[in-house]
Amino acid sequence: MSDSTAVPAGKGPLIYRQSIFTRVTHWIWAICLFFLLLTGLQIFNAHPALYIGQQSGFEFDNAVLEIGAFNTPAGPVGRTTIFGQTFETTGVLGVSGSAERPSFVAFPAAVTIPSFRDLGTGRVIHFFFAWLFVGTMFVWFLASFINGHIRRDILVRPADLAGVPRDVVDHATLKFKHGRSYGPLQRIAYFSVFFILFPLIVLTGLTMSPGMNAAWPFLLDLFGGRQTARTVHFGVMVLLVSFFVIHIVMVLAAGPLNELRSMITGWYRASPGTPTIQGDKP
Amino acid sequence: MSAKSGSIITRRNFLRGSVLAGSSLVLAGCNQFDFLGSKENQVRHVMEQANVLTYNVQRALIGDQTLARTYAESEIRQGQRPNGSTDPTTAEYTFLKAQDFASYKLKVIGMVEQPLEFSLAELRNMPAQSQITRHDCVEGWSCIAKWTGTPLGPILDMARVKPGARFAVYHCFDNIQRTLSGDILYYESSDLVDAYHPQTLLSYGLNDQVLPVANGAPVRLRIERALGYKQPKYLHTIELVDDLSSFGKGKGGYWPDLGYDWYGGI
Repeated sequence: MSDSTAVPAGKGPLIYRQSIFTRVTHWIWAICLFFLLLTGLQIFNAHPALYIGQQSGFEFDNAVLEIGAFNTPAGPVGRTTIFGQTFETTGVLGVSGSAERPSFVAFPAAVTIPSFRDLGTGRVIHFFFAWLFVGTMFVWFLASFINGHIRRDILVRPADLAGVPRDVVDHATLKFKHGRSYGPLQRIAYFSVFFILFPLIVLTGLTMSPGMNAAWPFLLDLFGGRQTARTVHFGVMVLLVSFFVIHIVMVLAAGPLNELRSMITGWYRASPGTPTIQGDKP
Repeated sequence: MSAKSGSIITRRNFLRGSVLAGSSLVLAGCNQFDFLGSKENQVRHVMEQANVLTYNVQRALIGDQTLARTYAESEIRQGQRPNGSTDPTTAEYTFLKAQDFASYKLKVIGMVEQPLEFSLAELRNMPAQSQITRHDCVEGWSCIAKWTGTPLGPILDMARVKPGARFAVYHCFDNIQRTLSGDILYYESSDLVDAYHPQTLLSYGLNDQVLPVANGAPVRLRIERALGYKQPKYLHTIELVDDLSSFGKGKGGYWPDLGYDWYGGI
């Protein structure tokens, strides 16, 4: 009874790794990003093209992405043009649904909220979750500065950069270290999301608001125009979706139950050999 | 060191995780959030409060007189893209159009001390203002054009807006939607901040030409810090009111009645 933190052989200690702020903001963000993505695709469907600059070129060409449906002798086809390269995307982008009842939308109904065309509703839901997302961001930054989460886990130090090659090898061979704080690749990934992608997606969103353009005209200069900001907003979305996919794959690879437990209860089973400190459980 | 079960993808872990990941994809693939499209839904009403928050925050942040960005002549690289109604078919409008709007009158009515009426010639003889601004459609596209007209603020001053007035309602000629029970005419409204904003124009000129029918002839309102649907075309009457509930479906505009944000600055 004298040593309550003794760890059974072959198992690491159970450590309290995620604070209540980390856990709650994590799940609120998960919900926000789900709705923001699917309503964002609904909003994009209202004008499925992206441009560079201040305005959309209708009589000149400054588009970098266009998704559309076109009539051909063989019937309607979906076409996606990205940086001048055109692809047939019938069935997914431009034309989706069944052959009997084709749907002529950029992104298919399966990935939009609402499933039918409704820009007004898409915007209502998008802006609601945008406010929730930003509010959650403020809570996370404040709490994580105070409780040391940012310093301990997120900030990328020179030693982390030096540790990247080894961490890449470990990930490639599916050897995961379950430590008290995050590894080099985790830090780089989370640092990029919190300090680059999250601020970018909020600021580019604000740059699309004509009201905010009047309030903070520097936003237009920062991103090189409203239409460029819209394009960057979309690009950051693609990066966040990529992060989500990798995040899920890593959770699956690293032990989904342990990872999920840590994001629900805060308690995380560390690797064997992790030094115990006071407060750990066996 | 031997591989530990928790550190590699075992079949059991993979299946467990796949079910979790898959369930979220199934959620996306269905139409379970379509109920939010109903204007009567309570959850939607809660979410719509985010637009009220946006309005209040932007009003506090921007300042009543702060201008929308203006652009250089060289930025006008194309015609102003028309959208929505482009050729109204109401009898009143087609009659006016046939005689080149000679008998057109713009009226200012409602909560004013002095109701007013202007012909197109009178409007054109008032102090004119031109501005090259960016038109942002709610759909996502933008177009830069030069708008010429007379500022609305001084006209409201001439009409002497009564202290209780809170909104300007903009009545239009165009039948934006034709239904079995008749035409629905376009209307919009703004608060008095937008109505009095120094760039808010009764615009009769576009890119140094007479405003074309497709862009709202003879007079279109410009509220430059808001989206395109807040720039009503084919304008004939400005009505000062303290309440929007008696117009259309009560949300303050044709598109707001269909579920769009009333403020439109975002």
